[in-house]
Amino acid sequence: MFFILITGLLLGGTYALIAMGLNLQYGVARIMNLANGEMLVAGGFAAFWVYTAGQVSPIAALLVVAPVAFGVNWLIYTLMLRPLVRRAKSRGALEVDSILATFGLSFVFVGVMSWLFGGGYFNYSYLAQRVDIFGSSYGQNRVVAFSIASLIAAGLWIWLSYTRAGLRMRAVAVDPDSARLVGIDVPAVSALAFGLGAAVTASGGALISMFFTLDASVGILFTMKALIIVIMGGVGDIRGTIVAALILGIAETFVARVIDPGLTLAAAYVLFLGVLLFRPQGLFGKKPT
Amino acid sequence: MKRRTVMMSMATAALLALGAASAQAQDVIRLGAAAPKTGPLAGGADVTHWPAVRLWVHQTNEAGGLQLADGPALIELIEYDDQTNPQQAIQAAQRMATQDRVDFMVAPYSTGLNLAAAPIFSQLGYPQITGSNVTNQQPELSAQFPGMFFVLGRTGGMAEDTAQVLVDLRTAGDIGDRVALVNVADAFGIEMAGISRAVLEENGFEIVYQTSYPLGTQDIAPIIDGARAAEPDAFIAWSYPGDTFALTDQAIVQNFAPKVFFTAVATAFPSYAGRFGAQAEGVMGMGGVNPDDPAFQAFAEAHMDLTGQGPDFWASASTYATLEILGQAIEATGSKDRAVVMAYLQDHANIYDTVLGPIQFDETNNNERYWTVGQWQDGVFRGVAARGRDGVSDIILKDGWD
Amino acid sequence: MSATDVRNLGLAALALGIAALLPLYDTGYILSIATTMAMFTVLATSWALFSGPTHYISLATAAFFGLGTFVTGLGFQTLPFWTLPLIAAGLGAILAALVGMVTLRLSGVYFVIFTLGLAELVRQIVTWVQNRTGQRGMYVLTSITERDIYWQLIGLAAVVFLAGWLIARSRLGFALRIIGNDETVAKHAGINTALAKVLLFMVSGAVAACVGAMLAPRYIYIEPSTAFAPLLSFQVVIMALLGGTGRLWGPLAGVIPFTLLWEFISRNAPNQTLLLLGLAFLLIVYVLPGGFVGLYERVQRRYRMEGR
Repeated sequence: MFFILITGLLLGGTYALIAMGLNLQYGVARIMNLANGEMLVAGGFAAFWVYTAGQVSPIAALLVVAPVAFGVNWLIYTLMLRPLVRRAKSRGALEVDSILATFGLSFVFVGVMSWLFGGGYFNYSYLAQRVDIFGSSYGQNRVVAFSIASLIAAGLWIWLSYTRAGLRMRAVAVDPDSARLVGIDVPAVSALAFGLGAAVTASGGALISMFFTLDASVGILFTMKALIIVIMGGVGDIRGTIVAALILGIAETFVARVIDPGLTLAAAYVLFLGVLLFRPQGLFGKKPT
Repeated sequence: MKRRTVMMSMATAALLALGAASAQAQDVIRLGAAAPKTGPLAGGADVTHWPAVRLWVHQTNEAGGLQLADGPALIELIEYDDQTNPQQAIQAAQRMATQDRVDFMVAPYSTGLNLAAAPIFSQLGYPQITGSNVTNQQPELSAQFPGMFFVLGRTGGMAEDTAQVLVDLRTAGDIGDRVALVNVADAFGIEMAGISRAVLEENGFEIVYQTSYPLGTQDIAPIIDGARAAEPDAFIAWSYPGDTFALTDQAIVQNFAPKVFFTAVATAFPSYAGRFGAQAEGVMGMGGVNPDDPAFQAFAEAHMDLTGQGPDFWASASTYATLEILGQAIEATGSKDRAVVMAYLQDHANIYDTVLGPIQFDETNNNERYWTVGQWQDGVFRGVAARGRDGVSDIILKDGWD
Repeated sequence: MSATDVRNLGLAALALGIAALLPLYDTGYILSIATTMAMFTVLATSWALFSGPTHYISLATAAFFGLGTFVTGLGFQTLPFWTLPLIAAGLGAILAALVGMVTLRLSGVYFVIFTLGLAELVRQIVTWVQNRTGQRGMYVLTSITERDIYWQLIGLAAVVFLAGWLIARSRLGFALRIIGNDETVAKHAGINTALAKVLLFMVSGAVAACVGAMLAPRYIYIEPSTAFAPLLSFQVVIMALLGGTGRLWGPLAGVIPFTLLWEFISRNAPNQTLLLLGLAFLLIVYVLPGGFVGLYERVQRRYRMEGR
């Protein structure tokens, strides 16, 4: 029982790492970023590279991975995506444009990564020892990743709730038009949110690479998972994403251990579709007015 | 209608050969290759397929090319990315045949892509010597596509031998009756698990844990936990690369150490030993080679020199062997006329000398001599079961992870 | 039926007739590209029949397509081949109706992600059932050639275009245009919006399943990971939007350049295929907002203004 709960929580932590960044990007900057998974893989690549080249721990690598991802994506938003936001007549039009543009972007990322690093699998062994909790063994790397995921989540939540910058961000998430009226620089806040979201995603990739075998083309799997978690949790609320990630993690583990591992993903989708049917705005989302 | 297409393509081939004969001055054999560089199978192709293909072309050209009747011809390799997409694999084969007018084509990577491209190879008269295609349908496939050859072996043989390894170990009194059997839920995993379950049950084994998991799953802790709780003597997983690594990782973490630990695809990759080091000792997987064979040693060394990575201990060599076979057929006939080379290949009396040892195709174009099970022993993945191959090593029992 | 209608119908029939003659000219490279084009034309046009007027972006194409390939995979040995696309279409329509009834009240992005999840759910269930029944990879070995498949697809394209044309002229099409403009207005005007949307979703689901059934002999080896590959859903959306969904010929105007571009890049940049494809996407999004239909309408507008 404890095993299911703890394994589920660890998995939920992984899912939170995959999805928190997308929530910021979609909730605040209004960009449904289909290149999210590729950014995650890029973070994993970076961690792999510094670990195998210089024996630098993937956790220390976060200090480089996060700022670089932030910078690159801040530029991507400012140079590439803002023109789309500006020209979009409606939310729907922006959604169509951002799906197309970020889909293209995901191809570009995959292309660049497989060109530079080849298409092969990469993984390495870091903290692969066991740690015992309540009589069962877990990978140290998973426990560490979960702890850092918790730190990132807590940090984000405190920042969003208790700082002026965070307040501005939430205001844009709720309603960009009203935010503009009260003097918030919406494009700047959006660019910040997009960059920050990418930094979280890339950090997640660096952490996940400790126990996942990645390759240049695997990003789409993460993107799909992230989309589902974000929508299930409710767009624009970081708590929703975290709760949805943990629920999915525990549910999948429960199904895998008690019912049939062959049905884990099916169960996840049933859960997701169910939430969407009965609470279309997501667990923590506000009813659209 | 079918006969007409064959005749038409033979006529086309003859015409092409005529055209080529007049342009013989350059002495080049154009070889087309389309396989994944991106997409879900790119990771596997990057280890197994591309390095072997490039190595053979490199070595052949270094040696002065292939000897045709009127002098040597160098190989010109034309590569395409099929994006792991059957649609693109079909189009790439068409493109190479009719636009680039390649003389021969390397068979694609993986069972699915090979079958998607098979009608094109067949219609246009290209031999399709497959090195990474495991199937049990050789009779049906070679009847439909007479130019399709199978070097890697039959799925049935692999699954049966894996089960036979357990039978032998039990007979020797090393293990008991309890087996945990898991598989990745796609065509490959389902087929392998089905055959091995049947053989194991026939032999009175008790399947104490059996399950499947979806393609792409790497969160495997519950499966290892479930398998461990069932206390099996042997653990058999028909797995793909990502989950092969994850299963091993979790088994180490949860200290699940049955006497036989078997994972399928990617166990034979050098990166498996790279990832798990000494803990890989005793792990079994699909394939295997005879690492004491000088031919394989030379191949591995050249592979390392050219591509900076070692070959995998399974399909790398068989992919390379497909090109050796093609090269030997071309040199034996002294011709790059596909119809002539095809006739030579279809003559089942011919024997080819390859890195895998001698290969001879049977009446279903199948190579019945192949490695089936391998095991990591002292940092080398040794073949411990084979059909008709020499140099089979003894099996060791897995003695914990630490 | 006005004179323009007659002319348009005639032109469309002529174009399809010419397309149908292609295999007489070439049965190799060009035919294989044309088959890909025909497949995407049918998928994108039927997708746009639903998504164009309603603005719902469906990523469920792969679910229906995969369903169709499995119908052929399971049935080709026992049933005559011509029945399989029909059975697939029927099943596709039923699945679409079930999904449509429960989901079409979702709006915008929720619907997008729902359909994506649906395709994955269907794939997982199919895989699980296969695993449970010990059913292996299916080999669809038939004597059907690429030319036969191409002709089937052209025939289906004719049906889809005709259906689109008829729907646009019918009460259903009128209702859908109102829904697309403003759903609340449509409801107040007494239009059964749910029924209209479900009907159209069924059309696109049936067509996608039918295409899957027709194409199974081309792939030969049927397994869930390729039959339900999510990339297909995205490709269809991209091609349709690239063409523009405002007109019946819009998706076709996207499919043709897109397939040629894809082939051109695959051929000329074998090591950077995806990179260049991605850049091409981006370029299209920025340079051609509203797709080719948008471009056409802008040109037409300017032409008219100058004409005055």
